[in-house]
Amino acid sequence: MSDHSSHDKTCVIIGASHAGVNLAFSLRKEGWKGEIILFDKDPILPYHRPPLSKAYLSSGDTLDKYALKSAESYEKEDIALQLGFTVASIRREEKTIVLTDGSLQRYDKLVLATGARPLIPSIPGLETANNVFALRTAADVKHIRKALQMDTDKRVVVIGGGYIGLEIAASLRKLGAAVSVLEREERVLARVTAPEMSDFFQGLHTDNGVDIHTSKNVVSIAAKDGINIISCSDGSSFTADILILGVGIRINKELAEDIGLDIENGIKVNASTCTSDDDIYAIGDCTYHYNPHYDRFVRLESVQNAVDQAKVAAAALCDKAPTYDAIPWFWSDQYNVKLQMVGLSNGYTQSFLRKEDDEGIKFSFWYFKGDELLAVDAVNNAKAYVIGTKFIKENKKINKAKLMDTSVPLKPANLL
Amino acid sequence: MAKITFITTDNETITLEGTSGSVMQLAVDNNVPGIDGDCGGVCSCATCHVHVAPEHVEKTGEASEIEQDMLELDDHANEYSRLCCQLEINDHLDGIVLQVAESD
Repeated sequence: MSDHSSHDKTCVIIGASHAGVNLAFSLRKEGWKGEIILFDKDPILPYHRPPLSKAYLSSGDTLDKYALKSAESYEKEDIALQLGFTVASIRREEKTIVLTDGSLQRYDKLVLATGARPLIPSIPGLETANNVFALRTAADVKHIRKALQMDTDKRVVVIGGGYIGLEIAASLRKLGAAVSVLEREERVLARVTAPEMSDFFQGLHTDNGVDIHTSKNVVSIAAKDGINIISCSDGSSFTADILILGVGIRINKELAEDIGLDIENGIKVNASTCTSDDDIYAIGDCTYHYNPHYDRFVRLESVQNAVDQAKVAAAALCDKAPTYDAIPWFWSDQYNVKLQMVGLSNGYTQSFLRKEDDEGIKFSFWYFKGDELLAVDAVNNAKAYVIGTKFIKENKKINKAKLMDTSVPLKPANLL
Repeated sequence: MAKITFITTDNETITLEGTSGSVMQLAVDNNVPGIDGDCGGVCSCATCHVHVAPEHVEKTGEASEIEQDMLELDDHANEYSRLCCQLEINDHLDGIVLQVAESD
C-alpha cells in the first residue's frame, strides 16, 4: 500500500506500564515497521496496576495472573522490553536517551509514559518510622504482605482516605489486620466524589471493621520498640506496626522538565499527545491534556486514559491525525462493592441519588451542571454506568423526574 | 486442557490451548485482535466481548447480570454475548468457538 516511512525508525518508550505497553502493541497494529524499545526501571514483566491494592494484595495470587501481556507476545510483535533500566536524561539535540548505567539509546520518536510515584509527605519522624509503605508497584505489595505476615498484632494505619487508601484498607482487613484510616479532610474521598458517596464508603468500611477517622492531620510519628505512634494536630494519637501512605501521587515529569518541555500540572500535550517537541510524545498519568467534552485541560490517573492516549499516540506516530476525545471512566472494588464511575463531576450544581428496589447494595449517583449530565457513580449497578456513559457521550438531556422515579425502569428510552 | 477457537472480526481463525486462567487472558497473551481486556478481568471495561457459537452455549452457561448490564447498550450484543474475562478455562470449554464481537 503506502511506503512505510517508519521502516528504519526507532521508537523509544520510557515507562512500560498500561500506557507504554499498550502504545507498543498499538504501534504495531498501526503499521510501525521500525524498532520499538520499551524501558522501565521495574524489573518485573509489566503488570496490571489496579489489582495491586485489590485482589493481588488480598489474595495469594501470583503476579503472572496480572501480566499485561505474556513475554512471548512481546517477542512475537518484535517489541524490545528493557526492564530494570532507569533513564537518567534525554539529549534532545542528539535524539538520544542516557541510562543511569551510562549507556545511550538513539531515537527517532520518543514517548514519555513515565506515570507517577507515591507522594511521600513531609511528616517529622516518618523517615525513622517502622514498616512504612506506599503502594505503586508489585514489589510494594510483596513488602506489605511480608510485613503483615511477620507481625503478630497486625495494627495498620493508613494515612489518606482516597481510593488507594480505602482499597488497601479493605484488602488488609480481609487479611485479618486491624486497620485505621486517617483522613485529613472532613470526609473520605473528598477530592473525588460527593459527600453522599463519601458517607456511603465511610459506612461500608465501618461496617467491615475499619476505623475511619476524618479531620486527622498527622503532625509527627515516633518509632518506639518497633511500633509507630502517630500524632495528629488535634492531640489524638494512633499506634501502628505498619504504616501505609496513601496521600496521592507526584507525576514523573523530571525528564521532561530537564529538557524544557512545556509543563503545567503535567507534561502538556496536544490532541494527538505530542509535547512541545515534535519528536517527543507523552501519554498516561503524567500528561496534562485537553478534554474536548468537558472543554478544559485535565490530568487523569486512570487505566482508561493510559490506554486511550496510547492508541492516539500510536496513530499519530504512524502519520495519521487522531484526536483524543474520550469520556473518562474509572472503577474501584472494595469488599462486595463494585464502584464504576464515568465522566468528570467537577463543577456540578445538582446531584441525584437513585436507589434501585433490588435487595442489597445497588444505587447510582448522578451529577448535573444545569441540565448537562456530567458524571455518574454507579455502585453495583453496571446498568446505570453504561446508561450514564451513553447520555454523557451523546450530550443527551436526561429527564430528571423520571431518573428519580425508581418505578421507572432504568432504560435510556425511559429517561428522555 | 481446552482448545479454544477465536474467529476475529476479519474472519481469521485462531485456535489456542489453555489450561487455566480466563479466556480473555489466553486471548490477550496470544494477541487475538479485538480482545483487549483493559481492566484486567474485573468486568469493568467490556473490551473482551465475544459471541459464543450457538451450539456451544451449554459449555459456558449464561452471561451473569453484570455482563448483561455492561453490554446492555452495545449494538453488537446478542443472546450469545459473553465477556470472556468471566469464562474460566477448564476441560468443559474444550472445542468451543468464540466469535470476537465488533466494537464501535
